[in-house]
Amino acid sequence: MRAPSGPDVVAGEVLLAVENVSLAFGGVKAISGVSFDIRKGEIRAIIGPNGAGKTSLLNVINGFYHPQHGRITFKSRPRSAMRPYEAALGGIARTFQNVALFKGMTALDNIMAGRTLKMRRGFFWQLIRIGPALAEEVEQRRRVEEIIDFLKIQHVRKIQVGKLPYGLQKRVELGRALAMEPDLLLLDEPMAGMNLEEKEDMCRFILDVNAHYGTTIALIEHDMGVVMDLSDRVLVLDHGIKIADGKPAEVQADRAVIDAYLGLTH
Amino acid sequence: MLGPILETLIGGLMTGVLYSLVALGFVLIFKASGVFNFAQGAMVLFAALSFARLSEFMPLVLAFALSVLIMVALAYAIEFLVLRRLVNQEGIILFMATLGIAYFLEGFGQSIWGSDIYKIGLGLPTNPIFILNSVFPGGLLIDPVELIAASICAVMVLVLAIFFQVTRVGRALRAVADDHQAAQSVGIPLNRIWLIVWAVSGLVALVAGMMWGAKLGVQFSLSLIALKALPVLILGGFTSIPGAIVGGLIIGAGEKLAEVVLGPVLIRTFDLAGGGIENWFAYVLALIFLLFRPQGLFGERIIERV
Repeated sequence: MRAPSGPDVVAGEVLLAVENVSLAFGGVKAISGVSFDIRKGEIRAIIGPNGAGKTSLLNVINGFYHPQHGRITFKSRPRSAMRPYEAALGGIARTFQNVALFKGMTALDNIMAGRTLKMRRGFFWQLIRIGPALAEEVEQRRRVEEIIDFLKIQHVRKIQVGKLPYGLQKRVELGRALAMEPDLLLLDEPMAGMNLEEKEDMCRFILDVNAHYGTTIALIEHDMGVVMDLSDRVLVLDHGIKIADGKPAEVQADRAVIDAYLGLTH
Repeated sequence: MLGPILETLIGGLMTGVLYSLVALGFVLIFKASGVFNFAQGAMVLFAALSFARLSEFMPLVLAFALSVLIMVALAYAIEFLVLRRLVNQEGIILFMATLGIAYFLEGFGQSIWGSDIYKIGLGLPTNPIFILNSVFPGGLLIDPVELIAASICAVMVLVLAIFFQVTRVGRALRAVADDHQAAQSVGIPLNRIWLIVWAVSGLVALVAGMMWGAKLGVQFSLSLIALKALPVLILGGFTSIPGAIVGGLIIGAGEKLAEVVLGPVLIRTFDLAGGGIENWFAYVLALIFLLFRPQGLFGERIIERV
């Protein structure tokens, strides 16, 4: 269980509120009337069997999908249909279930791409790379190198990410999201397909990010051990409906959850 | 025998650079949006017409600057009126849209600027240069217009390559080309990137149009050079800037050499009426590539979606 942040985080300020959100693709309902919130500084897990609507929910939060019903409030401001880059501008970063890196670019360039919104100089300045533009590029590089050190991927920085093993790709993708210095970090199955050692590393990174930078994190994860260790609160979805929401221990003991989810895996 | 062949090779390579430049416009747009822009040829014609007619009234520099503005405005109009409304549509739909833009631009260009043949006088020297007089009898002939055009193209290609390698916009463009979703998630606005690539390809079209126009005069057939860029793209790969350059050079040199070297042999052997190899060589070469290496020399992979 997580000791340091404790109950005060859970009682803290609401960063993102999702109210009664429904999303359908044609006749297929992906999410039906789901409400939950994410509080500042917490690690919020979203779990549920396959097809429960977890990824759809992340896609709604960062603007890839626009829900037909419901309301989303981010940083106390109600949000209308928002494009992904506007969500990024507002401070939402994410990783993807199947690793969506820029495969032809190096690890370094991938993480630099995460700094896109932090760069202010126009591209004509960038083209000539003198004066302020060069200073800016150097400053951005410094921040990116910090992230690279933090994630311990110095040895692969100049390698095309398409050539890296899966575990490292996941780490580079986390690095790219961190480079955005997000207020809310969405992680879609950050540990899928990893071995035990890689999982432990990733857990540590997630906890460190949360502790050092105070970044609020929402993550989808299937490994129940990981979820129970990492998260402050857990939201459980099944067939697009919220079936439980609470502290890990409460959720773990919930009858509906055991039937829908844990029951299937044991 | 070596002298004329070398001369043909040089001439072919220089024509090839111009093919490369047209192909480059295609590659930029294809990389960023996965759209095969059929209107690239029409853009070349439109740009060349604008420049040719404007330069009748004003100094060349001013005409060039105005033409650049026109091409940027055109990019904006295309992005705003067409592309933005077709986001997430099938590739074939976007392709059909560019087909419409192509025919519109051809007609619209002629409505505004007229449909005669116009000259572009860039004030380039026209006297042929002879090099290597001591090695070959009579030396090798080089057309200075082609030489200058080739140099300008080479510089453009270099600038674009640097632009896409080191700047934030370049990085954003490569990111969009690699993965739309991920690019959006780090805050890259697709629409703005599209505007930039269309504006840059408009610029490339302008330079290509000026060079071809200086060589052949500005006329309707200019828009057909887009068809010559097709085999170049198939050879080089649709997504590769170096591919467009190498492909252009191979096609340019190949078709001229085929005409001069292979032509007489074919005529003699099969008792043909004439050569005309230049007209189909590029396409047959492209066909062979399609069969054996469909991604081209430098292409990354076959992209099936926008």
